Formats: sequence, C-alpha cells, structure tokens
Amino acid sequence: MFDLPWDFTIIPSYMPLFVPVAFVTLQITTLGILMGLLLGLLFGLMRISPLWVLNGPARLYIWAIRGTPLLLQLFIIYYGFSSIARVPGFLAAVLGLAIHNGAYLAEIIRGSIQSIDRGQREAAYSLGMTRWQAMRRIVLPQAFKRAVPPLGNQFIIALKDSSLASTIAVHELLHRARVLWSSNFRTMEMLIIAGIFYLFMTTIFTLVVGRIEHRLKASEYRS
Amino acid sequence: MIKIASLHKWFGKLHVLKGIDLTVDEQEVVVLIGASGSGKSTLLRCINFLEAPQQGRIFIDGEVVDPRGKNLHSIRQEVGMVFQHFNLFPHMTVLGNVIEGPAQVKRLARAEAVKIGMELLEKVGLSDKAETYPAMLSGGQKQRVAIARALAMRPKIMLFDEPTSALDPELVGEVLQVMQELANEGMTMIVVSHEMGFAREVADRVIFMDEGVIVEEGDPDLIYSKPQNERTQEFLSRIL
Ligand SMILES: Nc1ncnc2c1ncn2[C@@H]1O[C@H](COP(=O)(O)OP(=O)(O)O)[C@@H](O)[C@H]1O
Ligand SMILES: [Mg+2]
Repeated sequence: MFDLPWDFTIIPSYMPLFVPVAFVTLQITTLGILMGLLLGLLFGLMRISPLWVLNGPARLYIWAIRGTPLLLQLFIIYYGFSSIARVPGFLAAVLGLAIHNGAYLAEIIRGSIQSIDRGQREAAYSLGMTRWQAMRRIVLPQAFKRAVPPLGNQFIIALKDSSLASTIAVHELLHRARVLWSSNFRTMEMLIIAGIFYLFMTTIFTLVVGRIEHRLKASEYRS
Repeated sequence: MIKIASLHKWFGKLHVLKGIDLTVDEQEVVVLIGASGSGKSTLLRCINFLEAPQQGRIFIDGEVVDPRGKNLHSIRQEVGMVFQHFNLFPHMTVLGNVIEGPAQVKRLARAEAVKIGMELLEKVGLSDKAETYPAMLSGGQKQRVAIARALAMRPKIMLFDEPTSALDPELVGEVLQVMQELANEGMTMIVVSHEMGFAREVADRVIFMDEGVIVEEGDPDLIYSKPQNERTQEFLSRIL
C-alpha cells in the first residue's frame, strides 16, 4: 500500500460522504448510553443496597467490566457467541457500549446518590414515605441533577469509544474513513475528516450539557 | 398520648440512651434541655424511628410502635419532625415541599393537597412565597416552611430538634412565634431548645437530660430558678 502526498484541499468534497455514517455513530452512542443508563440505574441502586444478594452481583459486574477493555467486550459479544448465534455488528456495538457504560454509569449514579445529604432522606421518612418513595421523589431527582456533568462526560467518552465498532464491521465514522482511504489512498485526509466529525459532535454535546447544567442550577433559584 | 418506657440506644459500644422513661400527655408542651451529646436528638429520632432503639418500648395513643411492623410508616405520619437544618427539598417549590406529604403519602388529590398547603403557608405567614424555591428564603422562612410541611400530614405530635439554633438571632423570634401559636392551638410538642424565654412562656414541663438519662424535670420556672440537681445547676449556670 502506498499513500499519495497530502492534499488537504480535497477534504470539503469528501465531507458529505461521512454524513450518513456520522448518524450511525450517533445512533450507536445514543442507544448504547440510554440502555447503559438503565443498567447503570439498576446496578447503581443494587450497589448501595445493604442486601448482599443485590450489591454482590452489582460489585461483580462493575469489577469485571471496568477491569477489562471495551474492545475485548465487543469481541466477546461479536465473535465469542458466533458458535451459538451471529450477533449483527450494529447490535453488538450497542450492547457492548451499553454494558460497558452501564458499569461506569452505575458508579456515577451511586456516587451522586450518596452525595445527597442524609437529612433529605430523613425528612422524607419523617413524612411517612417509604424507602422507595424517598428514593424516587427526593433523592433521585437531586442525584440526577448532580450527575449531569459526569453523565455528559461519560456520553462523550462513549461517543469516542464507539469508533471501536469499526473493528466489528459497523459502518460508522472510522470505518468509513478506512474504507475510503483503502481505495483513494488519502489516509491522512480521511482521518482528519473523521476527526472533524468527532470534534463537531463532542463540541455540540459539551455545549448542550453546559446549558442543561446552567438551567438546572437556575431553576432552584427562582423566586 | 406518647409513652416511652425504659428506652436504650447504643451506637456500637457507645451507650447513648440509658433507660429513658417519659410520658407526654395530649396537648402538653415539653422542652428538652441538656448539654451537647447528652442524647436529646437521639431520643427524638427514636420516637419516630429514624434511629432504632435496641431496648424499650414506645406507645403512641396506647399502641406500641413496632419498627419492623407495617405500622412504621403510619406512625411516622402521626409524628411531625422539624430539624435543626430544615432539610427542605431544594428541588421543589415552597408549596411543593408542603404538599409532598399529603400528595405522595396520603395520596390526596392535588387540588386538595394544594388547599391544605396554602392554608398552612398562610398560617406560617408565607403564602406569598408558595412558588419560591427554598434557596431564596431566609433561615427563619425556611424553618417556617419546614413546620408547615410537617403539619401538612396532620400529625398528633410535633418533635422539634433545635429548630432555632441554626438561625441568625434576629430570625429566631418569627419561628418561636409560630411554635407558640401551635402550642396555643393545643398541639402536643416535644421541643429540644435552649430558648429559655420560650420554655418559660410555652412549656408545661422542662426536662433536663445528661449523659443519656433524664436527670430532672418539672415546671419551667422551678427548673430555671431553683434546679435541684447538681448537674442541672451546673448546666444552667453555663448557658444562662
Ligand atoms: N449516627 C450516630 N452514630 C454514632 N454515634 C452517634 C450517632 N448519632 C449520635 N451519636 C452520638 O450519640 C451521642 C448523643 O448524640 P445526640 O443525640 O446528637 O446528642 P444531642 O442532640 O443531645 O447533642 C453523641 O455522643 C453522638 O456523638
Ligand atoms: Mg442534637
């Protein structure tokens, strides 16, 4: 394989070819994070339970997932199960991102729940609320507010990590770059375009999270 | 109304309540005094089982409170609690705080809960703050909202744990005034407070606690002017 000399003037003309796959990246990430949030909420709540039948499995899950690379987890889902069933690449990527991020989100959610002053829970109990009512009405809404910055951060990490899906034949941003440079030999140019798309998405997302954070803060100072 | 019989509480090895016996009659106002660490908060918290005592019994209206039983939540509905640091829900408006109990725990229709909530805010002088968030209120206003929130459950007894000790001095009066009105209306109250003026004017009885036991109790004027026990004398000489 050989590369042509750099010619960055071709970048604009190739950009449109990346737009559809940028949506694939966005889809994998969003679906992965949403499912990951459900897992994170479930395992985060299990993790703070005093019952070991609940916190034990949660600890195990968090330990195993955070201690192994995402690429390994993707390969397990995509190749590991191939003797039983062929998991399509897109599905494998979404599941992998969900399971992977679920462990990190569980820790984020646990941390933000535990950061809520215990007086809040006691005030809820003193009104006669059950543990679940106090959790749902009083603790979780405040914990979610506090979790917005780290959740946003995790979303950005997931967006970047979704590029690993290129290794299991998912037609996302990095995959498209590779397919293109293998026929046009414009490796650096294609990589730069992919980079521009990642930067664009992460920047927009950072701004959106910043705004949400600001709104949430302001909402408690309305009079 | 409420009867506590030989109540013991340990935190690990620390024996915090060492056999408390206390009966509070309907409409009675009891003020609890004692040095920091003597177990006043723990006693209040045991009454509505925010802490679980290891020994002893608590009866409310003759019915024994069993913390393992289903009636824990219903008992708590009958016991209102006001905390030193207010513990208002910061993500809800003032009205939202007050109607949370009736709406979520009693499952009243929202309109009905709002009606109760507005009446109570009127009573504590804060109906104009209904849509405000707690962060915008002064300490005195926060504590009045907290009182309204507890009252919204229509409790039979109100517990106050140092309700004015986190307040700037000039804001203490407005909270004590609300509490005094409540007492005048016949609410049964146990109040941990070192506000002697309030105790003398409102309390039927003052109880002095030291190191987990009730050392002395009696008429407020007598306790403050002629304490019998040496430890009471020593404590009062420090705070007066
Ligand atoms: N949750 C707890 N865990 C361990 N020790 C506690 C706890 N709560 C209170 N204590 C201890 O119990 C004693 C009585 O505390 P408390 O009831 O708060 O006293 P007071 O309200 O009279 O100042 C103190 O020594 C305090 O350190
Ligand atoms: Mg105390």
